[in-house]
Amino acid sequence: MSREKKEIIAMLLAGGQGSRLNKLTEKIAKPAVPFGGKYRIIDFTLSNCSNSGINTIGVLTQYRPLELNKHIGMGSPWDLDRKDGGVTILAPFMSADGGRWYKGTANAIYENFHFIEQYNPEYVLILSGDHIYKMDYSQMLDYHKEKQAEATIAVIRVPWEETNKFGIMNVDNKSRITEFDEKPRVAKSNLASMGVYIFNWKVLKKYLIEDEMDKNSHHDFGKNIIPNMLRDGIPLYSYLFTGYWKDVGEVRSLWESNMDLLKEDNTLDLYDRNWRIYSNNPANPPHYISSTGKVKSSLLNEGCIIHGEVNNCVLFPGVVVGQNSVVADSVIMPGVKIGDNTCIKRCIIMSNVSVPSNTVLEGKENDEIILVNQ
Amino acid sequence: MQDVMGVINLSEDEAALRDLAKYRPVAAIPIAGRYRIIDFILSNMVNVGIQNVSIFTQGKSRSIIEHLGHGKAWDLDRKMDGLFVFNPYSNPKESTIHKGDIKNFVDQLEYIKYSRQKYVFLSRSYMICNLDLKAVYKFHKDSGADITMLYKHVKGEKDKYLNCDTLNMKEEKVVSIGRNIGKVEEFNVFMEMCILKKSLFIEIIENCISKGDAVYLKEAIYQQVSKLNVNGFAFDGYLGCINSIENFSRVNMELLDVEISKELFNKNGYIYTNVKDEPPTKYSESASVTNSMVANGCIIEGTVERCIISRGVKIGKNAVVKDCIIMNKCVIEDGASLQYVILDKNIEISSDTALRGAAKKPMVINKNQKI
Repeated sequence: MSREKKEIIAMLLAGGQGSRLNKLTEKIAKPAVPFGGKYRIIDFTLSNCSNSGINTIGVLTQYRPLELNKHIGMGSPWDLDRKDGGVTILAPFMSADGGRWYKGTANAIYENFHFIEQYNPEYVLILSGDHIYKMDYSQMLDYHKEKQAEATIAVIRVPWEETNKFGIMNVDNKSRITEFDEKPRVAKSNLASMGVYIFNWKVLKKYLIEDEMDKNSHHDFGKNIIPNMLRDGIPLYSYLFTGYWKDVGEVRSLWESNMDLLKEDNTLDLYDRNWRIYSNNPANPPHYISSTGKVKSSLLNEGCIIHGEVNNCVLFPGVVVGQNSVVADSVIMPGVKIGDNTCIKRCIIMSNVSVPSNTVLEGKENDEIILVNQ
Repeated sequence: MQDVMGVINLSEDEAALRDLAKYRPVAAIPIAGRYRIIDFILSNMVNVGIQNVSIFTQGKSRSIIEHLGHGKAWDLDRKMDGLFVFNPYSNPKESTIHKGDIKNFVDQLEYIKYSRQKYVFLSRSYMICNLDLKAVYKFHKDSGADITMLYKHVKGEKDKYLNCDTLNMKEEKVVSIGRNIGKVEEFNVFMEMCILKKSLFIEIIENCISKGDAVYLKEAIYQQVSKLNVNGFAFDGYLGCINSIENFSRVNMELLDVEISKELFNKNGYIYTNVKDEPPTKYSESASVTNSMVANGCIIEGTVERCIISRGVKIGKNAVVKDCIIMNKCVIEDGASLQYVILDKNIEISSDTALRGAAKKPMVINKNQKI
């Protein structure tokens, strides 16, 4: 079947287990973890694609895909239910010469070669489904073309003391990448890779095939593909992104990035009508704050019923807070019922948990955030 | 319920809803922060598996068509059956529009005839409730009546159902139809919903044309009360009636009672509406909100008491909003003060403006204005 040629298609890596989120990802993949009161982490990348005019996306799943598959469906919340293209879930599969799990990020793309080829794209955008940010990929593509790059890597400035957690790009004065250091002890720059790459498909194809042959390879973009391209002197450019970007890889950073939304100077504007973040919308009535309820510095969603006090919290749809209860500095996921006379501080409470009346759950300042799953 | 088709007749009395129904049919008036009036009956229908729903408008249908789209929000974007919207035809030769609504049904008789269903559930939009239509269907079939009309027995609520039709009953039979003009304390308010065989429905419409004795479908059906076996089905849940500004305000405010809103939004199934992908509502440090219903996408920095706040509303610092119904995308700037006001969509209230209606007569502000 011949298809319309697409200039660019996106491949979204959504297979991560996110083991550092521990109990949060026991039953769901990291990209399906709820975030920001009504979203799941993957909504940000999917909405970015949709808003950037990219309408062909392959979502590579592997770990615990049930919730993720259900969430994505046929892509209609992101306007990705298209006649040609749209969103396609790409799970590991069996073929005549056996089947296997994806061995690494590069291998995952290699295994879905045929998916990309059928659109015959000029460019392939590689994304990861674990980050919170709003980015116009079409501007990055314009930059990629202007630089006549073979590959462009989006980078963000990180604090120097955190450079050892990231893949760091060393660049020349024309933004051409000269060197790539994966989690360096002593960094030469603070430009960290965001895991967002645009490749010319012809070149990427060649490197993926070579990498697949290499028995010693980790089959990873950061560890293998990028270093191999640099070794061969291929023009790779960095694209500096300056907005809000957060890797929500740990319980603490997930909590922090939710709390960021409550700050007055928060740079992740969810209220911009020209760059909506789309998600599935539950059929709930507006939230209700009773005559005893008090809500300050918080995000609330539809279906919540508040009889108690809510301060500096992010509440997902359908949360109930009982009389005389105080909930502060916490993230309360969908359908959580909190009884009366309960005190909750610095917690993440997972979906559909019931907290009985007269409970005290307080995370101490600077300590780990309490994660409640039952 | 595959055997029942839903017909929603939007030829409704708009006069007492004044400005709220100036540019839109009653069915499209925003209510309860994120819904439109038609969502309730439409959701009741789809919640029991009715898959063929037609909406007969009276013209003025832009907002209702925009709201319904292809019916996706109600799962009515079907290959087989689904959602149909019929506007009245005008006669190009005389460029006249016929009096009454019966012509609209005659024009679409073909659609009604060729639909696969055996029964018709006929309704208006302005009575809102969460209804178990399966029970109605079963009652109708078991009783063997020609027509079953739905009513609610009420006592001491004559204002709430002012100018509504009432059913005079003898046991289960409807013997005559009257009207609540506010003189009687106890009566059976007719919910303007009924179920009947499709063949009878067609017969009534055709008779009406051949005899020419009714121009409204309602008249034609009322004429059957003396001729046929017409039963009443008693509904005993919450019933909101939106036939005037006062009642519109009353129904919205009644939803501030958690028990009522739980029933209306959940009892026999959810109420669906068009989704807008609004972000969560943000409350600032200075916000103070009590006894109010607030939809998504708002930014609240001021004081709000006993209000219904719709999607995407902004309320600035030191603004005080009490006993109000605020529709989509209104902006109330810092220091403004409102009480007993209904703001239609997209109104900007500049800072330090004060507006005040009366508890019994809320002030209504027309949409798209800056004050």
